[in-house]
Amino acid sequence: MLAGVIHQIMSGIATGGIYASVALALVMIYQATHHVNFAQGEMATFSTYIALTFINAGFPYWIAFTAAVVVSFAIGVAIERVLMRPLANAPILASVGVFVGLLLIVNSLSGWFFDYTIKQFPTPFPDRPMLGGYLSGHELGSTAVTLIVLLSVYLFFRHTRLGLAMRAAAFNATSSRLVGVRVGWMLALGWGLAAAIGAVAGCMVAPIVFLDPNMMSGILLYAFAGALLGGIDNPLGAVLGGFAVGIIENLGGAYLVGTELKLTLALAIIVMVLTIKPTGLMGRKVYSRV
Amino acid sequence: MRSPFTRRGGQERVTNLLEAKGLHAAYGETRVLHGIDFAVRQGGVTALLGANGAGKTTTLRAICGLVRTTGTMTLDGKRIDAMATEDIVRLGVAHVPEGRGTFMELTVEENMRLGAYTRPAREATADFEHMFDYFPRLKERYKQQAGTLSGGEQQMLAIVRALLLRPRLLLLDEPSFGLAPLIVQEIFRILARIRQDAGVSILLVEQNAAIALEFAEDAYLLETGRIVMAGSSADISKDEGVRRSYLGY
Repeated sequence: MLAGVIHQIMSGIATGGIYASVALALVMIYQATHHVNFAQGEMATFSTYIALTFINAGFPYWIAFTAAVVVSFAIGVAIERVLMRPLANAPILASVGVFVGLLLIVNSLSGWFFDYTIKQFPTPFPDRPMLGGYLSGHELGSTAVTLIVLLSVYLFFRHTRLGLAMRAAAFNATSSRLVGVRVGWMLALGWGLAAAIGAVAGCMVAPIVFLDPNMMSGILLYAFAGALLGGIDNPLGAVLGGFAVGIIENLGGAYLVGTELKLTLALAIIVMVLTIKPTGLMGRKVYSRV
Repeated sequence: MRSPFTRRGGQERVTNLLEAKGLHAAYGETRVLHGIDFAVRQGGVTALLGANGAGKTTTLRAICGLVRTTGTMTLDGKRIDAMATEDIVRLGVAHVPEGRGTFMELTVEENMRLGAYTRPAREATADFEHMFDYFPRLKERYKQQAGTLSGGEQQMLAIVRALLLRPRLLLLDEPSFGLAPLIVQEIFRILARIRQDAGVSILLVEQNAAIALEFAEDAYLLETGRIVMAGSSADISKDEGVRRSYLGY
């Protein structure tokens, strides 16, 4: 029994890492635009197809992986520059409409370019049990990759000039302009980073759930639940929330509701957070005095 | 009407750092400035006075390219009226905006780093100590979230953020707003010191006309988007109408 619980928690952390990455991508765009990018999941799926295309063309795994991350970054930047920029001062419904449209467009493009059949996606990690059988090689490897990504993003935002400028642009665009920060480009960079993080998440989850155009739709829900649970305006909260949702999902699926109803847990978390504590557990309290 | 364009002309050549001619500004359909001319002398302090809604804040925002304008503006002879805010800033125009523009969620340190964003990091860090000379209180609050500062401290931080740009022109929007008289005095005392040390030119917007006229050499009086009076602060303080409407004696 205890071994089973530990096993579920470990797998929960592994899948939670994926949710945490996508949740972080959601938060990054939310902080800058105050909208949730519904297309984040489909963009990640598309990125995974890019990686698969490179792999099928004969490139080594990590080259293909890096190429997918770089191309996704460029696509993210392009989406902000071309689609989002004209909407900077648009009413909220217009933005939501564009996000939903983007979701449908990217989903259809994935199906059109790469067809709708379910595909296998390779893992670069050894296919044998690790840590005394609690985790598969892929689970352990993908958790490590996720943690490296999250840590790098944290260090980037905390300790670099550009990271600080990006945070500033998200918090207060006018003040940022007045100190010389090129706010438009900071938003575009944010989209690029979110898309790149999504690409990593997609490549790490695809060997487990297999690749098809709707691969990320469920994952986006878990990630959204994680982001809300931690606080949609708090990157650290969202990451912890993502891990928490992964663990809750695995434990709940094994002992509570069964695997069929796991997604319901995510929805239940979303509803609970929104009704009980809309700012999330770690939602930022902004102090202001006059 | 006398203006700094002609003042002292003849004996001493007066150069204007900032010159605006026929400046119009509007928010959408609402026109706020109706073709105003003004200037800030190199190394001088100019005050922009007027009641609420006269267009003082809009004038400052127009200089920084934050509102749509027509007319010409030059900084040291260079046209800035069609430039992006980020580029105007890089020419050395620092703006302490209405409401102070504090990055509430960031720390005092991060606010200061942002102020020096356009300059090499090492050079800027050396300036930090200099800023703490002027505002020792910010040193105590260095690692604190800026949103927890008092109004006066936030005003100081806003000034520091602007100074860290090493500006040639400092635009101050109501530095006295919402502050206790003692704090206001302290801030203006420090501004006077900064002005001497840094040789920065200042355009000051104030509702508190008494403080502004004492601090500035030149002044303009703005009424509903038009300049109705311009001249030396001394002359303007003597004006009967100004005394009654803005100085209250």
